[in-house]
Amino acid sequence: MRFLPLLFANLLRRKVRTILTVGSFAVALFLFCLLVTIRAAFTSGVEVAGADRMLVINKVSLIQPLPIAYKERIQRAAGVKELSYANWFGGVYQDEKNFFAQFAIDHETWASMYPEFIVPPEQWQAFLADKQGAVIGKATADRYGFKVGDRVPLKGAIFPGDWEFNVRGIYTGKRPNDDLTQFWFRWDYLKEKAPSWAQNVVGWYIVRIAPGADAVQVGRAIDEGFANSAWETRTQSEAAFMASFVEQMGNIGFLMAAIGTVVFFTLLLVTGNTMAISVRERTGELAVLKTVGFSDLAVLGLVMGESLLLAVLGGTLGIGLAKAFTLAGDPTNGMLVSFYLPPRGIAAGATLALAVGLLAGVLPAVAAMRLQVVDALRRL
Amino acid sequence: MALPLVYNLESVRARWPSTIVAVLGIAGSVGVFVAMLALARGFQAALVSAGSEENAMMRRAGATSEMDSAITIEQLDIIEEAGEVQRSANGAMVSPEVVVVAALPLKKSGTDANVQLRGVTLRALEVHDKVRVVEGRFFTPGLPELVVGKNAKDAYAGVAVGDKVRMGGTTWTVVGSFDAGGSAFDSEIWCDANLLNSTYQRPAGIHQSVTARLSSRGALEGLQRRFENDPRMRVRVERETEYYMKASQMMTTFIRVLGSLVALVMALGAVFAALNTMYSAVAERSREIATIRALGFGAGAVIVSFVIEALLVAGVGGIVGCLAALPLNGLVTQTMNFQTFSHLSFAFRVTPEVMAAGLGFGLLMGLVGGLPPAVRAARLPIAEALRDL
Repeated sequence: MRFLPLLFANLLRRKVRTILTVGSFAVALFLFCLLVTIRAAFTSGVEVAGADRMLVINKVSLIQPLPIAYKERIQRAAGVKELSYANWFGGVYQDEKNFFAQFAIDHETWASMYPEFIVPPEQWQAFLADKQGAVIGKATADRYGFKVGDRVPLKGAIFPGDWEFNVRGIYTGKRPNDDLTQFWFRWDYLKEKAPSWAQNVVGWYIVRIAPGADAVQVGRAIDEGFANSAWETRTQSEAAFMASFVEQMGNIGFLMAAIGTVVFFTLLLVTGNTMAISVRERTGELAVLKTVGFSDLAVLGLVMGESLLLAVLGGTLGIGLAKAFTLAGDPTNGMLVSFYLPPRGIAAGATLALAVGLLAGVLPAVAAMRLQVVDALRRL
Repeated sequence: MALPLVYNLESVRARWPSTIVAVLGIAGSVGVFVAMLALARGFQAALVSAGSEENAMMRRAGATSEMDSAITIEQLDIIEEAGEVQRSANGAMVSPEVVVVAALPLKKSGTDANVQLRGVTLRALEVHDKVRVVEGRFFTPGLPELVVGKNAKDAYAGVAVGDKVRMGGTTWTVVGSFDAGGSAFDSEIWCDANLLNSTYQRPAGIHQSVTARLSSRGALEGLQRRFENDPRMRVRVERETEYYMKASQMMTTFIRVLGSLVALVMALGAVFAALNTMYSAVAERSREIATIRALGFGAGAVIVSFVIEALLVAGVGGIVGCLAALPLNGLVTQTMNFQTFSHLSFAFRVTPEVMAAGLGFGLLMGLVGGLPPAVRAARLPIAEALRDL
């Protein structure tokens, strides 16, 4: 710590270079955190999936509905503790570009099925009391400026017509990566207004399995109950369902890793080069330091320290900026369900910055350590 | 104006480690930039090339995509009789279609993905004339038979010609596969429309979209006017290419926004690297620069020459970046099309325009990174710099 002022003095001597190197670090770390955030947004569905929740969908495909009459039969299946259901609405708010997921939900069972979503109790009561009520995720509410009491018109696509809803509540999540983009309204309202084909069907059922029950067995019991019927079911855990969506999104993970690697090596080269130049320029000074009694190791430490200091400054700046950027919200107009930089991403970024600082400093530092005082002074 | 160009070119070579660092920094950014553009371009191309300029696509007014549209049998009759529709020996060239989604296991991971299932009639091949059966045969109307697009055949397990597929209580036989020239149809599976309707328990006679060959390219407006004034036709008429352009918009915007964001941040990093390299180059060479000035080269000549040096480095970086991204061309990848909830295969397209954009991006980085150090070089006080000798 005694040498910290010396390190800073060295960095301040070439201000432009220091700023640029710290800047490169900051940019690289910012990018790294951005990639982590995007990746997390794609996989967050899997991570926030309830461990004891399963989804029952039509075996043919997700877009095929299931009869509402299945409700009682699924509820009676062994190991099923709770049941709820929902429908995909797919309406358009003003313009097709304004995308957010809208679900017609069973208002009586939804809240206990999804305890991770928080709605102030008086708002939820107001929602229960209003058949045209809606509860909106905070991210979507903020994006379009919806407030409690507003009337929101949606243009039906699957369910034709003009629909209007009263915003009765805004929900938030218990965890930072919960999906706050959904728009919920009451399934009984959908049933009332929808065309006849849509009145007795739901999109999917959500079941909570009893503690200790085996998910695979519960799923099989439900599916076997409807085997060879006109509407066969497929029951899978919420995590498996979400994972199949992620799988379909394509090879995002590989893309992220590829870009990350390119960035890492570019950064390593830039920093290494800067350190090498700065050591080369100071050959004389380093020789003087050695002459006045600094050991080889101390010189090694000084150069390494300078490199690490650059890494710490740049890394902190980059991670800080990335955090601020992600807090400002999703830049893709609502297509990512969450835009959140997870703590382990920050930790990985910090480790990466330090690693680059170390690696970039090693070669010049060893060169400085090996410096022969006589040779170096002769060069002056 | 005489330029000390030879000096700059020589020093690029003499200081090769720094040059390589700058080249790689710029190459990395350009590579990512080109890859992202190629991805967005490829996605759009796959969807847009599914459409034809000569076709009109009709769906219910207000429907956001084929999935949530409906066309009744009465409306279909009216479309078939419209004067703007081309006729062949088999009658009006009109293809009524049913589009649903089925879950099939992916070869790669074994997990289910949504494949788009399109119910058509034999007339579909006349209207979508880019679609050719390349293996086996087309389905026989009325039989539970499937023809599989070439990308779907590669992506899903158990859909090779001859395989049996169980879907919605019926066992289907795969009888052939088709090639649609890399368009979105290649990710689809086609079968008989009426059979698909009954399998999916949809009302008989209701189709989701109708595609018709126009008698001429300009006939679209006439068709639009005709249906606008017909109270029975609550349908939206669009050119097929336009429909697919819109259908690709959401995903292309998404890739563009995220891709540009990543490329921009990388570019900023590369500009820092270029600035750093050039500033160091100028600082290390202050005596040499002073000598050049003393020899009579003006400040302007020094600036131009140093900017050319930076552009040269950036240009090489840009070319390396483009070349590094070139092997991506034609690589087939898959993603989800949000507008139809189905899985779509498409190929990266590294087109000449994309490469030109990448090179331009690289040169811009060189300019931004090279100009300030060049100005500094020109401003060096000659006498002081020479005194350092």
